[in-house]
Amino acid sequence: MAGLAKVFGSGAMTNSIMEIENNDLLFVIGSNTTEAHPIIGLWMKKAVRKGAKLIVADPRKINLVKFSHLWLRQKPGTDVALLNGIAHVILKEGLEDKDFIHKWTEGFEEWKRSVEEYSPERVEGITGVPKDDIIKAARLYGTAEKAGIYYTMGITQHSHGTDNVFSIANLALLTGNLGKESAGVNPLRGQNNVQGSTDMGCISDSYPGYQKVMIPSVREKFEEEWGASLSDRPGLSTVEMTEAALEGRLKALYVMGENPVLSDPHMAHTVESLKSLELLVVQDIFLTETTELAHVVLPAASFAEKNGTFTNTERRVQRVRKAVNPPGDAREDLWIISAISERIGYTMGYDHPEEIFREIGRIWPALAGMDYRRLEPNGLQWPCPTKDHPGTPYLFRGGFPRGNGIFTSVEYKPSGETPDKEYPFLLTTGRILFRYHTGTMSARSKALQSVAPEAHVEINNEDAVKLGIKEGQKVKVKSRRGTISLKAKVTERSPKGVLFIPIHFNHASANTLTNDLLDPHSKTPEFKVCAVRIEV
Amino acid sequence: MVKLRIDGIDIEALEGMAILEAARLKGIDIPALCYHPKLSPYGGCRLCIVEIKGMPRPVTACTTTVSEGMEVRTTSPYIERLRKTNLDLLLSDHPYDCMVCQKAGECDLQDLAYQYGIREPRFKGERRIYTKRDGNPFIERDMEKCILCGKCVRICDEVQGVSAIDFAYRGLKTKVCPPFERDLDCEFCGQCVMVCPTGSLVGKNWIGKGRARNVGEVNTTCPYCGVGCSLTLHIKDNKIIRVSSKEDSVVNEGMLCAKGRFGYDFVASPDRLKTPLIKRNGRFEPVSWDEALDYISKRLKEIKEKYGPDAIGGLSSARCTNEENYLFQKFMRAAVGTNNIDHCARH
Repeated sequence: MAGLAKVFGSGAMTNSIMEIENNDLLFVIGSNTTEAHPIIGLWMKKAVRKGAKLIVADPRKINLVKFSHLWLRQKPGTDVALLNGIAHVILKEGLEDKDFIHKWTEGFEEWKRSVEEYSPERVEGITGVPKDDIIKAARLYGTAEKAGIYYTMGITQHSHGTDNVFSIANLALLTGNLGKESAGVNPLRGQNNVQGSTDMGCISDSYPGYQKVMIPSVREKFEEEWGASLSDRPGLSTVEMTEAALEGRLKALYVMGENPVLSDPHMAHTVESLKSLELLVVQDIFLTETTELAHVVLPAASFAEKNGTFTNTERRVQRVRKAVNPPGDAREDLWIISAISERIGYTMGYDHPEEIFREIGRIWPALAGMDYRRLEPNGLQWPCPTKDHPGTPYLFRGGFPRGNGIFTSVEYKPSGETPDKEYPFLLTTGRILFRYHTGTMSARSKALQSVAPEAHVEINNEDAVKLGIKEGQKVKVKSRRGTISLKAKVTERSPKGVLFIPIHFNHASANTLTNDLLDPHSKTPEFKVCAVRIEV
Repeated sequence: MVKLRIDGIDIEALEGMAILEAARLKGIDIPALCYHPKLSPYGGCRLCIVEIKGMPRPVTACTTTVSEGMEVRTTSPYIERLRKTNLDLLLSDHPYDCMVCQKAGECDLQDLAYQYGIREPRFKGERRIYTKRDGNPFIERDMEKCILCGKCVRICDEVQGVSAIDFAYRGLKTKVCPPFERDLDCEFCGQCVMVCPTGSLVGKNWIGKGRARNVGEVNTTCPYCGVGCSLTLHIKDNKIIRVSSKEDSVVNEGMLCAKGRFGYDFVASPDRLKTPLIKRNGRFEPVSWDEALDYISKRLKEIKEKYGPDAIGGLSSARCTNEENYLFQKFMRAAVGTNNIDHCARH
């Protein structure tokens, strides 16, 4: 998101889910869409049935490959080279949109020089993708009238994740695939309200609506609205908080509905850090790996037990409605936060979530035109600045918020930890269809649990034969940070030299192994690449 | 555009549109069990038969496209007699167990039998008797109730792109099943359950939890991934007994995945936290809200005083609502006085 905000002045999916069916070309990179976003996967399949071309770039033979016209099997962590290579060919063949570049962008000439080095031959060497396929992809993407790029964590969860996003944005700027229907740059957000939680300012450097805490005039506005004096020091990100706790700078942590022990990289490190706190408060609907370390645990309400809104991946704000009462003495998060706030001397005083929603509209113009009544029946997509505004299905019609879109030169950098003699395999992580995130919810669904009861490690059949590993056999996977044991799944899905482990299982947590190296801009950890070895 | 007249009403329809779809534009409802707007036309149930002026025999409205000047009658004593006979034939090979069927009250076949007043079918003869049930954990497949409309087969192939089921055998023995009649092993999206017009396909975890009576519906948004599918929670006695989705929802058009459709039982899990807990001597003890909140606020105040507000951090959740996230960061910034606020799903 940090990447897109820098290039366009706004970081979100540019286009809408329902526009997918009318794309002429879909370029899906680093997204196992049919498993992680199954319904968006359906819209993609519909587009293909209606005649769209589909390019899938993924090291694993994901289900979507079956529906694709071209599959680019790049080595994990080499996306910048691949995308620069595609741009190189588009330029060489004159497929760029000159009018768009002239009218709406800046930095083109300098960037153009930066991709000169990325000939298909050289890119083949880095990525393992045959040069003819790189040329094919460039022609398909470069000649399509309406081409949309779709990506997820396969792009962002790298130490150079922001660079990956820059190279995606460059491609869209180069071909003028922005500011129009059924095209764009579309990061598919992974959790029900991850878009909303960033919109709402649950990021260390921004108030709600991406308004920066460091800008004095912004801070004054919020001080007035909230009736409190606010800190002018930037805050710490999740992984930085882990460090700060270990170094004794952070003493108390209040966690609402998260399970960082399982979801953060380098698990042992996270546990040690949380243990060093003087106060850990965890508010959740279940006991988790994180609550185990808490001093106080507060029982919260689930999605079905409260009123409010979620914002989906296409910026659509939709209603969440209370259907049942919370069990026992569990309470809604709003009640809990207000009660603690009151006790430490700051009274909030809301009677209903809609009062909060209206307050958000007052301080963030993108939501100013929304209210609960207008969200009937299908929600509204921000920006929606006035009461008669219909919402915004696609962004940047007639220009970017920051004026021009910027071309950003990015050079290919290898991942932070690559396979070597001692740890010869590359490990990548991700989701599977029947599980969700850390499993707090999905593992408690009997049916889902029964079809995906335990963790596995995908290993390519040729590697398996070499190592004498058989389907279903228990193996150990080791990295410099830890070891887990789990069953082997021998398959062609993962390429040679690459292992894949789903992230959902606490009995064999992939994040015991992963690297906590961060992308310097977005502070996203490198979940997608680390070096491991596998033992029988 | 093509101009035609259905039951005396002038209608303008798109070229290539089926008569059935053109009729629905004007609210003329032609009975049909195998038609679905998302699927290719099939013409299997023979209930949507209509008369067209100048044509010797009735035709199926779902497979006949509109043409200029066409005059259609969707109902007449003759058509209704034929329709009733066709319905009667379908019912002749359908078990009479509406009293225990999960689908009673929202079954298209039952509704039509009610509408046409068929208490007992005229046609006596051999019926398909199947005892095998499918061992998969999500979907109950009762093939005795199947009328072979093929909607499940088509949605699995044409929309989901999975093709986990198809027709097997021939004639009276025809049935829908996975390859070699093994247990269903698919993505378990349940789109087939959504389109099934009878009680042949239902969710396993719906069974025995309640039917139409005393069941409330609440529309909300799915708590799993970021797509934001619309959900309808079916509520009885303060419990979610089923999840469905309205077909007019814009994000997902009624379609769901296995998690959205079947993964709701965590809400009523016995593991849910029901009371605040404070750790004493390494063990959690249940305490009152007052005690928990007093403890937290006292400790927060002490830590803030001793080390300053930046010694306190907050992790918010991509699972919680906008209002909760907003309030949480407001709490950290305005009440505690720090910008140490983040959530785990950075990307």
